[in-house]
Amino acid sequence: MAATETYPDELRYHPEHDWARIEGDEATLGITWYAQDSLGELVHFEPPDAGATIAKDASYGEVESVKAVSDLITPLSGEVIEVNQKVVDAPETVNEDPYGEGWLVRIRLSDPAEAEALLDAAAYRQLLQDA
Amino acid sequence: MQTLLRTPLFDRHVALGARMVPFAGWEMPVQYEGVIPEHMAVRTDSGVFDVSHMGELEVEGPRAHELLQSTLSNDLRRLADGEAQYALLTNESGGIVDDLIVYRLSPFRFLLIVNAANREGDYEWLKEREIAGSDVRDISDEYALLAVQGPRSLERLGLGETAAFTFAEGEIDGIACMINRTGYTGEQGVELMVPAEDAPQLWDRVVERGATPAGLGARDTLRLEVCYPLHGNDIGPETDAISAGLGWVCALDKEFTGVGELRRVKEEGPQQKLAAFVMKERAIPRQGMPIEGGGEVTSGTHSPMLDRGIGMGYVPAERAAPDTELTIDVRGKPRRARVVKKPIYKREAGPSGGD
Repeated sequence: MAATETYPDELRYHPEHDWARIEGDEATLGITWYAQDSLGELVHFEPPDAGATIAKDASYGEVESVKAVSDLITPLSGEVIEVNQKVVDAPETVNEDPYGEGWLVRIRLSDPAEAEALLDAAAYRQLLQDA
Repeated sequence: MQTLLRTPLFDRHVALGARMVPFAGWEMPVQYEGVIPEHMAVRTDSGVFDVSHMGELEVEGPRAHELLQSTLSNDLRRLADGEAQYALLTNESGGIVDDLIVYRLSPFRFLLIVNAANREGDYEWLKEREIAGSDVRDISDEYALLAVQGPRSLERLGLGETAAFTFAEGEIDGIACMINRTGYTGEQGVELMVPAEDAPQLWDRVVERGATPAGLGARDTLRLEVCYPLHGNDIGPETDAISAGLGWVCALDKEFTGVGELRRVKEEGPQQKLAAFVMKERAIPRQGMPIEGGGEVTSGTHSPMLDRGIGMGYVPAERAAPDTELTIDVRGKPRRARVVKKPIYKREAGPSGGD
């Protein structure tokens, strides 16, 4: 069922509890274990359209649990090249595997240098501790 | 900042790892394991809810019946001792001060179980209308209330089948309580009214007997699937019972507060009606979202049984018929829904069907 709390070292994090896995000039985006745990079981993913341009720190979609709606904040700017249809069809996939099967979108980065401003796993864990 | 009230079961909730939230001035469990598993436990087996935040008012005296007959919408003459009925406390314009269940303890003594947020308002409302020979008392602090709901709830508690909307003094594992065959989930079940000091022991026994602790989150999804209105969302002082589809609990052939206005609405036909709908697209309606062509969503959620967005809202009367297509403004995006006959979810016919 629910995943156990982890924050993988190979990812970069946004303080709004979103992660990015950067591979060359592309990145996969998702929400962190903390975000899915705070929301509870996800029942809806409102994705951006493929081809949409999304800007760092802005909302690119929404996820909803029974009780709450949350904006998805993109850690990086770029163009959406793929939406995870599995999460559209079965949003609880995010709760089960937030960093794997529960990824949300893949984007082509418009400014890879933006990644330097993101948190590494240690800094993100610290942010959660301080909250 | 106002201090939140805690029920006698607060420590039990914390020990179970519940997520506690403010609700109507109380610190209440919204979920333990999760809204969906708790919802499913109630639909398939049994769940237990702490609803001790609800208010209990006792109305007693030779003219208690008269006071309630003139202030409540339903006809108290239909009640015998040991029977309960759903009723509305109405204002002069036919609006709904509160919805409640009235229990006849004796011809001269009645119990009202009312919404937590309206406990003080209801008490004052009745106090102002008190007549010689009727006495209204707020006994809420003396009692806790546990709702045990689900197709296996009676079996889990070792109780025999009894008719819905009846009640009796009884005991569960030696703990005396009032056992009411009422609930807010559309499932078979009971609400156990127990002296506050005995509530933790009763909770423990009920959980040991296999009822799954369930929070306010599941309580809301369960009641909305069966279209039970929530006061403050779907009904209130500005909405009348006829438009809300609650004409069946209004005895328009007797005199009570606001009856003239209700007769008029009934006669002329309501301009708006509280319709239930199911989303045709993937989207979750939420309270306050506009409905195209007039009206707005008064309650909305994700239905675990249908795996779809569902809701209720007031729409122009001509658009309230089943199969009418509605368009709901979901944060700027038009999303289609279909009006359905209430309830939205109905158990397949079977030996342990809902109330």
